[in-house]
Amino acid sequence: MTAKIVIGLDGTEAGERAIAFAKDLAGRIDGSELLVVYVIEWSPFTFQTPEENAQRHKRREEEIETAMTRVVTPAVESLKAAGFSAQGVVRHGDVAETLNAITVENNGSQIVVGRSSADGFTKRIFGSATQNLVMHADVPVTVVK
Amino acid sequence: MKQTCKFGLAGAATALLASSAAAQEAPGLDETINQAFADLTGPFVSFIFAPFPGTGFPWIVMWLVIAASVFTLYFAFVQMRFFSHAISLVKGDYSDPNDAGEVSHFQALATALSGTVGLGNIAGVAVAVGIGGPGATFWMILAGLLGMASKFTECTLGVKYRNEYDDGTVSGGPMYYMSKGFNELGLPGGKILAVLFSIFCILGALGGGNMFQANQAHQQIAGIVGDYPGWITGLVFAAVVFLVIVGGLKSIARVTEKVVPFMGVMYVVTALVIIGMNADKIGWAFGQIFAGAFTGLGVAGGMVGALIQGFKRAAFSNEAGVGSAAIAHSAVRTKEPITEGFVSLLEPFIDTVVICTMTALVIIITQQMIIDPETGNYMLNEAGTAIATVDGNSGVSLTSAAFGSAFSWFPYILAIAVILFAFSTMISWSYYGLKAWTYLFGEGHTKELVFKIIFCIFVVIGAAANLGPVIDFSDAAIFAMAVVNVFALYFLMKVVREELASYASRLKSGEIRKFAG
Repeated sequence: MTAKIVIGLDGTEAGERAIAFAKDLAGRIDGSELLVVYVIEWSPFTFQTPEENAQRHKRREEEIETAMTRVVTPAVESLKAAGFSAQGVVRHGDVAETLNAITVENNGSQIVVGRSSADGFTKRIFGSATQNLVMHADVPVTVVK
Repeated sequence: MKQTCKFGLAGAATALLASSAAAQEAPGLDETINQAFADLTGPFVSFIFAPFPGTGFPWIVMWLVIAASVFTLYFAFVQMRFFSHAISLVKGDYSDPNDAGEVSHFQALATALSGTVGLGNIAGVAVAVGIGGPGATFWMILAGLLGMASKFTECTLGVKYRNEYDDGTVSGGPMYYMSKGFNELGLPGGKILAVLFSIFCILGALGGGNMFQANQAHQQIAGIVGDYPGWITGLVFAAVVFLVIVGGLKSIARVTEKVVPFMGVMYVVTALVIIGMNADKIGWAFGQIFAGAFTGLGVAGGMVGALIQGFKRAAFSNEAGVGSAAIAHSAVRTKEPITEGFVSLLEPFIDTVVICTMTALVIIITQQMIIDPETGNYMLNEAGTAIATVDGNSGVSLTSAAFGSAFSWFPYILAIAVILFAFSTMISWSYYGLKAWTYLFGEGHTKELVFKIIFCIFVVIGAAANLGPVIDFSDAAIFAMAVVNVFALYFLMKVVREELASYASRLKSGEIRKFAG
């Protein structure tokens, strides 16, 4: 049996714990693959100036490039170095929705994310991305503390 | 960036001191600016608004109405056939998740709307109804509905023929579809049209996109704190605009862009509440609108007067056929340029059919305009140029009085809304003007800076001048853009029809479909 484990990173040390857990998990399943995902929080329903719109494409490329080089590529490299089969994806969107959508597209069997320690007023009202993911994901989600 | 900001503030302060010294020497600075401006722009204004020989009907109004009607028929009422599809596009139903992070249809629409929703909807409508009577509303709505087809045509072309640069930024608009589109079709003269359009676009940016805004913003502030010279407001506004467009102080622009939509929604909701409070008069108000549309109800100029005012103010408010929206929409990266055309046809609908109608209904329903009890017709003011109003108000103060008669606090909210709308419109138009400027003179920091400084100077002139010459020049400049733009659209509309046919067939066959989400 092969399993594709999706690791959601947010660029904090919580991601490191998620990677460590996923490694452990993948080590127990033969032929499992790892997919490292970083979602750049973005909404199509915001308001922008004409100038921002004109530069948007350039900014988007820069954002993806930064996320790739700083977060995703190092994680993929370290997984590969440890002998795992791993790939990386960066995409814009709502964190929970997009992480789930990528998992479904790639036939992922489960999602592993780290629980970020941030705890603020807005999160109490709107819930965190992690909570939303757990509530709405189509596959089992493991939240690593 | 900090240094630039400091320079901006210091420069503005120096200018303020210099101007106040000048004002002490010549007490009538506002009048001097006003007279000089009226003299300078007079011939241009007369030409644009020249009537057909032997009639009182300006040829330019006919030009726009015919264009909107031609596009409506040529595209077989695209504004109705694709209205719901346009809404689906804005909702993101057809957006590929892999393109997430690019400018969305919603963002392009919101940006273009924040450039058009503004004083045209508040002050312009009051001018139209004040001169043309309630009947002007009917013609305004009709112009809005037809204008959707013009907007669809120009925005599709704007995206199709835009320039994409190596650094990933884009520039688009009528000047690009004129030169590239004409070239592609093997037609001569595209470049000449593009240059003409750019010149008028710069004038339009300085006029309707700047001076008119500054002027009305000043009137709002003066209406609350008492009368004071307009150039003072002008300098403050110029300083803030300078900080944003030259100093790169994006935070101000960002706050405005976020507050403006809420102001717009609040405006419409308040209008609906006032209309609801006067529910018994809704039937009467629509009766006035229809009767006035065909009889004029004794208004100056009669039915033709109502029609001219309605069409004029609709065009000024939603800018359909003017070409400005094509500049705003061209930032969207889409594989299908026509989708941007569909989205843009919602603009005249929201701007004119919804928001302008709200303003007109509130003015009519709160009975700001005096009706002669004997004839049942509207009474003219002493000069005979407009309908007499309760407190002699016109323009934005008429709208303010109408809303204020229901909610005494609303004029304050409206004043803030007008100032913010004015500001966001200025920011949008500074971009449109800049794109025209760089088309003519090339891109480059110094060249762009020159335009931006000229733009700021015109803020001061606009705030100091009287409404009459400012509104005339603003209209004339914006309509001059439409003369060139519509001319080009006639030649390029077949390109849009091919796109439309191809898209419609793929939509029908299911090749273009919603993304599951």
